[in-house]
Amino acid sequence: MNAPRPTPAKLRIDGATKYYETKSGLVHALEDFSAEVRDGEFACVLGPSGCGKTTLLWSMAGLHSLTAGQVLLDNQPVTKPHPEISMVFQEANLLPWRNLQKNIEFPFEIKRQNPADHRDRVRQLLQRVGLDGFQNKFPRELSGGMQQRAAIVRALSLDPSVLLMDEPFGALDAFTRDEMNLLLEEIWLETRKTILFITHNIAEAVFLSDRIFVMSARPGRLHRVYDVDFERPRDLSITTTPRFFEMVNEIKAQIDHKVTAPTKMRAADAA
Amino acid sequence: MVDSQLRDRIPSFGKKEGGGNQSVSLSNMSAFTSGNSRTIGEIFAIVLVAVIIIGGTEFALRTFEVPQYVLPTPSEIIVALFTDFHFIAPHLGHTLVELLSGYAIGASIGLILAAVITQFPFAEKIIAPYILMLVTTPMLALVPLLILRFGFGYEPRIIAVALASGPMVMINAATGFRRVDLAKIALARSYGASTMQIFIKIRVPMALPMIIVGLMIGAIFGLLTAVGAEMVGGGFGLGNRLTTFSSTIQMPQFFAVILILALLGISIYVIFFLIGKKWASWES
Ligand SMILES: Nc1ncnc2c1ncn2[C@@H]1O[C@H](COP(=O)(O)OP(=O)(O)O)[C@@H](O)[C@H]1O
Ligand SMILES: [Mg+2]
Repeated sequence: MNAPRPTPAKLRIDGATKYYETKSGLVHALEDFSAEVRDGEFACVLGPSGCGKTTLLWSMAGLHSLTAGQVLLDNQPVTKPHPEISMVFQEANLLPWRNLQKNIEFPFEIKRQNPADHRDRVRQLLQRVGLDGFQNKFPRELSGGMQQRAAIVRALSLDPSVLLMDEPFGALDAFTRDEMNLLLEEIWLETRKTILFITHNIAEAVFLSDRIFVMSARPGRLHRVYDVDFERPRDLSITTTPRFFEMVNEIKAQIDHKVTAPTKMRAADAA
Repeated sequence: MVDSQLRDRIPSFGKKEGGGNQSVSLSNMSAFTSGNSRTIGEIFAIVLVAVIIIGGTEFALRTFEVPQYVLPTPSEIIVALFTDFHFIAPHLGHTLVELLSGYAIGASIGLILAAVITQFPFAEKIIAPYILMLVTTPMLALVPLLILRFGFGYEPRIIAVALASGPMVMINAATGFRRVDLAKIALARSYGASTMQIFIKIRVPMALPMIIVGLMIGAIFGLLTAVGAEMVGGGFGLGNRLTTFSSTIQMPQFFAVILILALLGISIYVIFFLIGKKWASWES
């Protein structure tokens, strides 16, 4: 009777299937993956290395085509990069020959907009993530966490409605990662962007998400969907609660027993 | 089952395909300067070594009374450099004209070819051995032929300089353009960048350190070739002065010209070192 009002799907992935063509034959990376991400939702895609997470995200960003299936944004098929969708890459992927300010202005340059018209907004974003004052620093002068914060500001600079994040904190140490997770949740609560976040870290997925899409090993399929209903804003103390442990363990058991055979796990680790 | 129309070859992250992501640095250039900055002590030591070598040579040549036509003393060379500079200066001008025009032609063609050819891996594979041949063949060997065709003016020398510097610039610049970092190209594309924007904002900056190395090597090869061509034929240019001064046994003047050539070479190095410091320092 008092069922939650259904939120419309912002993103829909419909039977996404992808084969890569390589010299040694076809690589089946993604198989019939379907999912919906609601407007303003924080969703995670969780799966072992090499299961096709990046492949999925690249299709959603319009960076490469699917062999079969499609991606819909507000019911419109995404076939090429879309201005409403911004991507945060594995590793920060800053341009090393540009300083921080110039890195963040990069999207404006590509869109042929005058960065000066956006200075205030960019400044606010930099302040928000604690990078104000570092505008003239080059990426190599910034720590890994700072680089990733810069990458988030860059992705937000054009004010997209969807943020696709590909294991953005995978290369960070555990403390910095926690810090980044907290910051990301705060930013998400403030902006209510639709976020699809990729990770192979179960605890990270549970901490951040409203929903978790668990993928099977290659070829990646949707294995299970978990709802996560810890209250927001979350803080690190929830990671030590029994409920959190339970959830992490349950997902872990799923992945260990059903999804990856031991041999495949080794192959995936090597990748 | 798989629609071949839909398959594509865009590789995703983990794999860095293509030319890979080998990092180049200007450290090969800075081999002579061993690092970025020097302490006062180090500079002092370098000057001291120079003083010892020059002073020692001067002293030895005087004590053993080595005749001037065998080896002039450093002081005689310096004196000749200043007193005869007005004779040598026009020839320096000719050499610079040949070097600058030949290099401008060779380097621009080399750069354009490198940028274009690396976009077509198949064409590149076909052309590569010919470029290698151009790089490894001393272009000086062509000068007598060029003189036959173009006479004793600037033309054969400019052509030789262009032929010597162009392939050097090209082969290094091509190495730079081949360094594709797929993640950075994907970043640009995710904001809707055109092929031209990707080229200008990603590929060129990425290639810049190698381009600068290529431009420097090209300039030095150009200088060598200009002087060599001047020695082969024609009545002007620093190379021609070398042959004249040695045939008339004007040894102080001969070495003064050598000194000028050394300074030219060092200036080329310093110019490109500074350019590299400004535009390619992000690499190290
Ligand atoms: N460009 C490519 N060509 C061939 N195979 C690829 C390419 N990109 C990824 N793969 C393969 O597809 C599978 C999924 O890769 P990816 O999507 O990067 O996985 P994940 O991001 O989950 O680690 C892997 O086995 C990988 O080796
Ligand atoms: Mg990945």
